[in-house]
Amino acid sequence: MRVEQIAVFLENKSGRLAEITAKLAEENINIRALSVADTADFGILRLIVDNVEKAKSTLKSSGFTVGITNVIAVEVADKTGGLAGVLKTIEEEKLNVEYMYAFVNKTGENAVLIFRFDDMDQAIESLQRTGYTILSGKEICAL
Amino acid sequence: MTLYWEEEIETLPRVGLESIQLKRLQHLVARVYKKVAPYREKMDAAGIKPEDIQSLADLAKLPFTVKEDLRDNYPFGLFTVPMDQVVRVHASSGTTGKPTVVGYTQKDIETWSGLMARALTLAGATAKDMVHNAYGYGLFTGGLGAHYGIERLGATVIPVSGGNTKRQITIMKDFHSTVLLATPSYALNLAETMESLDVDPKSLSLRVGVFGAEPWSENMRDEVERKLNIKAVDIYGLSEVMGPGVAMQCLEGETGLHIFEDHFLPEIIDPDTGEVLPPGEKGELVFTTLTKEAFPIIRYRTKDISRLMYDTCACGRTLVRMEKVTGRTDDMLIIRGVNVFPSQIEHVLMGTEGVEPHYQIVVNREGNMDTMAVEVEVSEDIFSDEIKVLENLTKCIQMDIKDMLGVTCRVRLVEPKTIQRSEGKAQRVIDNRKL
Repeated sequence: MRVEQIAVFLENKSGRLAEITAKLAEENINIRALSVADTADFGILRLIVDNVEKAKSTLKSSGFTVGITNVIAVEVADKTGGLAGVLKTIEEEKLNVEYMYAFVNKTGENAVLIFRFDDMDQAIESLQRTGYTILSGKEICAL
Repeated sequence: MTLYWEEEIETLPRVGLESIQLKRLQHLVARVYKKVAPYREKMDAAGIKPEDIQSLADLAKLPFTVKEDLRDNYPFGLFTVPMDQVVRVHASSGTTGKPTVVGYTQKDIETWSGLMARALTLAGATAKDMVHNAYGYGLFTGGLGAHYGIERLGATVIPVSGGNTKRQITIMKDFHSTVLLATPSYALNLAETMESLDVDPKSLSLRVGVFGAEPWSENMRDEVERKLNIKAVDIYGLSEVMGPGVAMQCLEGETGLHIFEDHFLPEIIDPDTGEVLPPGEKGELVFTTLTKEAFPIIRYRTKDISRLMYDTCACGRTLVRMEKVTGRTDDMLIIRGVNVFPSQIEHVLMGTEGVEPHYQIVVNREGNMDTMAVEVEVSEDIFSDEIKVLENLTKCIQMDIKDMLGVTCRVRLVEPKTIQRSEGKAQRVIDNRKL
């Protein structure tokens, strides 16, 4: 029930993001979701793509430092209070979020929330028990 | 009129000086051969016995001593006296984890104090002076070495050490400091702070500054002299040989520092071949101590580049002059008076990451302060998708470097292959200071 996410180290200099997306496009890799976390000196680009292995080898051979981590994708209805509901559950279950980002699927009916928790197993158990839909990597790519 | 501390020895004709040097050298070699196994082993391997030293030229037959020898015999292995006769130790940073340790007997401290008093006299200081000693007190030889010399001279020492610049200026004003001892970069820092506090250097009693412990240029000398309204002179020393007071610039001469040759025998060698170079040629400075008891050293390779000048000096001293040190034969950096070897940084990075990192040290002079940044390429081993992990990593490296070297630096993570590699070897140091 985990989704593989690609993380890429970025220095804060111009053109880096453009270079990465161009490389992925050349290899026909589709980006489903992304987020950038940044500090004064560097940033971390996080990507959900349709071909994790290919994306990793492409970026690595272009000289980037790449890591693969597991995240959890939670599907909620794309309506007011969707995110608030999940976060309330997370708080009640005392889960600790390291970071999160979100995207809306093509039909516009559902939103997908990507979470990184410090305890992933407990998070999956809690979210499933409280009735949330957790998507697999395949399901995300099929959206 | 030149001021002398010990006029007879300072102005001794070369023949007389050389006969003292030879006698002391023979005595030293015999003692070290008898007492210190590492020296004996090296001399035996080279097929040299103490009796083979028949002239000063025979010095060249003796093996060199290098910093690694001190590390291999850490901490006290090269001392020639039992520890109960050692009254003080000092240490400077070694090339890797361990510092270089040196020791002094009571007589060594007396010799050193006398030489430091002699050095201060070359700068025109007398018992009437109020000496502001801003060299760091502690394991570093600068603070305490100068301190004892100032007392020996009979002057008043203000043991202010480094830091707290505003308070230093207040003390300078209120105590009427006349002589300043500091690293040249700290002297400039004092000047800038005075400017910002609207303190006119002309209102102070400062007359002369004795600067050393880090390389500085003639341009820097002009700047310090102008900004502090003083005469700036150069002092040279290193802990392995003694500390400050190995050589000193006089007020009268045009250039160079008089080496206190009755205690330290200098040579200039070709750093690649080890051959002794003829007088006047530029090369690596090598010292043999002639009178030290606890930690004598034979043919110590300083890695400082200089040359020796035997012409007569306007001050009347016959002691040879060494040219202001113009560079190093190794990659040692001096950051705010602290010796920094890239290998030490590497050691810290290996400890933090557990792998051999690609890194680069970038040194800048911002205002008058030297700053050091360590750039580390982010490998897969240390990369994380979480900001806090990477930020913790940079903080840890920063703290470990501070703990090990006593120097604050900035650590920056960079993308792989950012650091230039030349002929397969990374360029470890970018020194942007215009020295």
